[in-house]
Amino acid sequence: MIGSPDLVAFTKEDDYGETSPDPWALPEEFSVPLHPLADSNPWAKTSYAKFTKDFILISEFSEQVGPQPLLTIPDDPKICGTFDLNYFSLRIMSVDYQASFVGHPPGTGYPRLSFVEDSRVVLGDSKEGAFAYVHHLTLYDLEARGFVRPFCMAYVSADERKIMLQFQELSLRFSQASECLKAGNRRAFAKELQRKLRDLEYTHSVLQREEGLQREAGPQCMYSAHAVEKANELANVEKSIYEHRDLLRQISSYHHRPRRDPHAVTCQKCITECLSECEVLLDKYAKLANPFSYCDKGKKEDEGQSQINEEGGEDEVNEEEDEGVKRRPSYTPQLIKAKSAKCFDKRLKTLRELCDNTFYEATVELLKDTEKSFRGDLCYLYTRRLDRTLRRKQRVTNFLFEEDLGDEDEDERGTLRPFCAVNHAVDNYTLLNPPPIVLGPEPLELDALEPPHPLDPSSEISRPQELCELGLVGSHLESSPSDQTLETQESSEETKGSFSSDKSGTGQADRQQNLASITSEGPDSDLTPDPDHNTDLERESSSEEMETTAGEDDGDNGGDQTPVSLLEVMSELEASREDECEGATDGACEIQSDLLVPIDTACCMAQEGFLYEASAPETVPHHEQSSYLQPCQTLVVNQEPQAQLPLQDDYTVGSPSSESPAAGLELPVGLLGDAVSRTSAEDGSDCTMSASTGSDRAASPLGYGGVLTLRQRKKHGQGALKFVRQYPFAMQALWCLLSGRTLVVLGADEGRVRRLVAALALFVPAPGKCGERVQAWLSCPFTLTDLQRWKLIGLQRVASPVGSSMLYSLSRYSRYISILDADQKTLRCPPYRGQLLANIADHRTYIRRGSTYFLHLQSMLCRLAAKAFLYTFTHHLHLPVSSTEGSEVVEGRRRCFLQEQLGLGEEDSLILLYLSQLITQQYLQPATGSSAAATCFSFNYTTSVFYKI
Amino acid sequence: MLRWILGGREAQGSVEKSPVLCIGEEQPKNWFTELQVLKGHFDIVRFLVQIDDFRCASAGDDGLVLVWNVETGERLQELRGHSQQITAITTFTCNNGLTSHTSLLTASSDRSLSLWDPDTGNRVQTISDLQSSVKCLLVLERLCVWVSGGEELCVWNKDFQLQCHKQNHSDTGITALIELPKNCIAAAMDKQIVIYRLTFSTDSSLSMAEIRCLSDHQDQIRALINVNDGFFASGSHAGELILWDAIDWNILAYEHILWEESQACTQAEIRLAAPKPSEMSIQHLTTNGKHILAAVGSGLYVYSIQTKSVVAYRKVAHDSNILHTMLLSDSELMSCSEDGSVRMWEIQDLPLPAEPASAGFFGMWTFGRTNKQSGPPSKKVMEVPNIRMLELTGDLIGHSGAVQMFVSFRENGLVTCSADHLLILWKDGERQSHLRSLALFQKLEENGGL
Repeated sequence: MIGSPDLVAFTKEDDYGETSPDPWALPEEFSVPLHPLADSNPWAKTSYAKFTKDFILISEFSEQVGPQPLLTIPDDPKICGTFDLNYFSLRIMSVDYQASFVGHPPGTGYPRLSFVEDSRVVLGDSKEGAFAYVHHLTLYDLEARGFVRPFCMAYVSADERKIMLQFQELSLRFSQASECLKAGNRRAFAKELQRKLRDLEYTHSVLQREEGLQREAGPQCMYSAHAVEKANELANVEKSIYEHRDLLRQISSYHHRPRRDPHAVTCQKCITECLSECEVLLDKYAKLANPFSYCDKGKKEDEGQSQINEEGGEDEVNEEEDEGVKRRPSYTPQLIKAKSAKCFDKRLKTLRELCDNTFYEATVELLKDTEKSFRGDLCYLYTRRLDRTLRRKQRVTNFLFEEDLGDEDEDERGTLRPFCAVNHAVDNYTLLNPPPIVLGPEPLELDALEPPHPLDPSSEISRPQELCELGLVGSHLESSPSDQTLETQESSEETKGSFSSDKSGTGQADRQQNLASITSEGPDSDLTPDPDHNTDLERESSSEEMETTAGEDDGDNGGDQTPVSLLEVMSELEASREDECEGATDGACEIQSDLLVPIDTACCMAQEGFLYEASAPETVPHHEQSSYLQPCQTLVVNQEPQAQLPLQDDYTVGSPSSESPAAGLELPVGLLGDAVSRTSAEDGSDCTMSASTGSDRAASPLGYGGVLTLRQRKKHGQGALKFVRQYPFAMQALWCLLSGRTLVVLGADEGRVRRLVAALALFVPAPGKCGERVQAWLSCPFTLTDLQRWKLIGLQRVASPVGSSMLYSLSRYSRYISILDADQKTLRCPPYRGQLLANIADHRTYIRRGSTYFLHLQSMLCRLAAKAFLYTFTHHLHLPVSSTEGSEVVEGRRRCFLQEQLGLGEEDSLILLYLSQLITQQYLQPATGSSAAATCFSFNYTTSVFYKI
Repeated sequence: MLRWILGGREAQGSVEKSPVLCIGEEQPKNWFTELQVLKGHFDIVRFLVQIDDFRCASAGDDGLVLVWNVETGERLQELRGHSQQITAITTFTCNNGLTSHTSLLTASSDRSLSLWDPDTGNRVQTISDLQSSVKCLLVLERLCVWVSGGEELCVWNKDFQLQCHKQNHSDTGITALIELPKNCIAAAMDKQIVIYRLTFSTDSSLSMAEIRCLSDHQDQIRALINVNDGFFASGSHAGELILWDAIDWNILAYEHILWEESQACTQAEIRLAAPKPSEMSIQHLTTNGKHILAAVGSGLYVYSIQTKSVVAYRKVAHDSNILHTMLLSDSELMSCSEDGSVRMWEIQDLPLPAEPASAGFFGMWTFGRTNKQSGPPSKKVMEVPNIRMLELTGDLIGHSGAVQMFVSFRENGLVTCSADHLLILWKDGERQSHLRSLALFQKLEENGGL
């Protein structure tokens, strides 16, 4: 920090001045800040950076040559251009954040390993136009000075704002990478120690034997200079053995050490593996503490003895085998020179050697991923995230038209999955609230109050819908053992110790604070705690926790948490805010800690999170708990004016128990759809521009063959636009697809049919993760089973016996299908006269670009999905309101809803009914996916008509 | 043989327009708007049995018996054990006091008989190494015995112990068995119907005696059914339909369905439907006590018991032989055929009473007492008052092979099985969608919201 030219304060615009908006305005979270810098055009920004794209730089502070760049990701010299990596490495490495104590601390006889937490710093070089998120870490190296090698990973970008706003995300990703490197490093270090110890033991045995020989030779030699030298050497070796053994002990106690880094989550399996390995080693060398056992063995080896020269520094070919060698026969113990080589003439280990190779590779992969996911400008990233967040909200209908978000993605948001290089089972991850990206107003302090404990009453009250989400994905809530380690980390020296101890769950806030304190406070004696003292600390802190959170711990259902404790927390919170205001020096980090406050496990948007929290207590009165927690809530509401933000209606729609049917009837039907579609239209317009930056939205989680990327879908949008403009009966074709009637595209030319199918596939509701419902090219007659499976089929037209049987199947199943003849440009399908699709299938449309059309389409389909959602989950449309009502009344109400409230004709209703049916089926589908029952296939008996151009 | 050919050509135009019926795609009366394809068999599925209100079992040439949940389409059990095709399957209900338990009784070409528990999928009893394979099964619940018919006729008790048996003299063996009053059973073998009587002797052993042999059919008997307590009916390969008295086994009525009128016909399609033997073979008979529905070749004939005459018919109801029929109600019926379709019919009055359709191509013999004429009073004015029309109200197209059989579960749907190895569950889409909605809100409630 001290050495950096521009140390950028991690701050943001605060907008306390904002008044409460009118309740019917579009909620903040749904609006896209098209121009984040109100007056400046983000694209016109002239960057004077010497590099074209963001990249990741890994540098090392070498004890021999000073700061040096190691590698960049992507590994392409063009990326950096003329940018001086050496200079920049110097910049970022010059922050000597880890002036921690190494060597022999007073009171202990042995050198200590310094356990240094990573540090995260944002710094910039305005002259170079480069800004960087810098993540420092240290790796252990037995040959290095103080056993540590400082490294740093930096995300370098020309956009300062991007780094600032993505700080949390960056920190998260880089922490993962760092943890991975460190995990590998610890293993490598342990191995190295083991090797060293073996060498030492061997040397020791050899020396002892020599000494014994001398002793036998006669007492006159006892005090000769030679003998003294030998004795000294022996003593040195012994000391060295003890030291290394201690180092081994230290490295194996690494995991018992409380971590104050909230992002430092490691794979539990890796940890246990490493631990057990270390323990085995420790055991082994503890047994060998009496080196004579080794010596006895050695005595059998006469030739080995004879070859030992006085210096004992020569390489030794020794056939001796101890149990370690038996395990790894490739290794032969070597004699250790009495004086180690000078540090400047030896070769330092490379990063790859320092870490285990697999771990190194995995880290590089991870960083590559990181680089990929941060491509594009901030606006694009922001939109993408907004889009994801919105889609995560509409979980129930997402499967219809949205591409699959992928479970991986969700986990990534909702939990911090320890990155495991050796791909240990994924079951051991921690639920951790991801830090939000913040563009807008400051998040509520309330968030900090919220214990992440899922069963905590206060969180239940303030985040009902999130709870529901969590309920749906209940398995995510399992807390892994790594929770425990995080839990025990306790910052008793912090001013807000009691405050943070209140949240024993996963202690997000205190971790955030710790993070802040690490970045701000820099070196601290507590960062390298004495292990012995440390256990005390731990015990202390846990007892403290026991005191403060006794009620919470007893009742996991949270029913017995008293409001008093909450109020306490509130007051403490206020106190902390005061601290924050007055603490000018600590301001940056304090604000940061506020920023880091995670809001919502399911979303990463700050505004969103607090919006729901704010509105939830008003909309959903939660049983009896709300009564005694009320004062607390009002306190919160008073604190933040934003708490009176408009309510979200969609969650009241679906709850059959709490809503009276009348209220349901009065629902502003259009609102939800409008809001959703408007947003998607907006973010769509944004997307088009940012799409040119060339990043694909769909980072497909696994190697699904058929998963379409956004870019591909946009390309198909071009095809769809062409189709719509070319065929006057496009609307009818689209209606068929949307109402669930299988469309067969018949044609002789494979490429043409495939293109058409790909374009039309955009309209297939619930196409499946990899488009299972679409068959692009089929050259054999289809059966009913195929019709049930596929909703869009490209069929080869052949003039052969096969062709005739195909035509037979076409005519046989004609009632279930519509036939689009790509060669003759005809369509045979039931007549459609509705207006619903006029908007997307207007062949005189002014939309010229495929991607634009695609986004238009997406918004329209999204709107349809919203309507279908409403229809599906509106209680009174399907069930009688009172017992006296017959089914006809319900039927009539349903018809009325479709026709009058949604304004849909007969045929348009079919679309909605089909979508609704899909939603119902999806919702009813057991999560376990027992596919014992075949899916249903609905149809209706209507005559088809023949459309020609 | 007496053959009365009544009113050939005139009737033709009004009743039948084309041999290949096409109802088109507008079928307002067809409420089967949802289907589920049930896969599981590897060969032709020939039999369907209803177990209870929501389960049915299917069996076929692959020797498998599968138990299905009709409501969900789930496959509940897979009964494996037979190495060859199943030749007969029936349900076997044991009433022990309060509870009744339904088992499945199967016979296979591997000359074994098995009793299955459809709840657990276990084979409860089995008999193998029979002398011949069993072709038909009849359960006499009243007597707690069951009868298997093939080349020999065996009576078993419910513990699978052979009570008595009768060797058979004909080559074809017994093709059909029905139960008659007074502990009698009728067995169809080749051209004859043999009546056996079961008697319990004092030591509760069972004996069986042949008491009558009815040999009035000219050709092989293809169908034998119970009509009601007083009558049973049989149909032969030559198109003879005979109604028998169930007590004294006399012929009550004799119908012979003939096609020879076509030489007078100019229409080409009629000639196509000319008299091949199978064209007039009675493939299947079904009854609801008032009417007998006969599947004759690819035609359907509704015979009224009361009037002892055909009340409605459709000479070419399907493109190919009809394999199974069912009377859903007094006016609705259903048929399935080798052409792969299931058709639903409605018995309607003729639109033009001025041009009465005659009995068509029936030879009519009426034996014995003619019952009181009790046709619909409105029809009495007409010359042939009891001829009405079979109107196609809908068809179900889905199978790509012959539809072997179907079982109706009323509003729960219809199950069809076919030579294409599939079963199709046809349902009322609207009803299903309503049920799903109910389930959705129930789940919503259980989950406490979305």
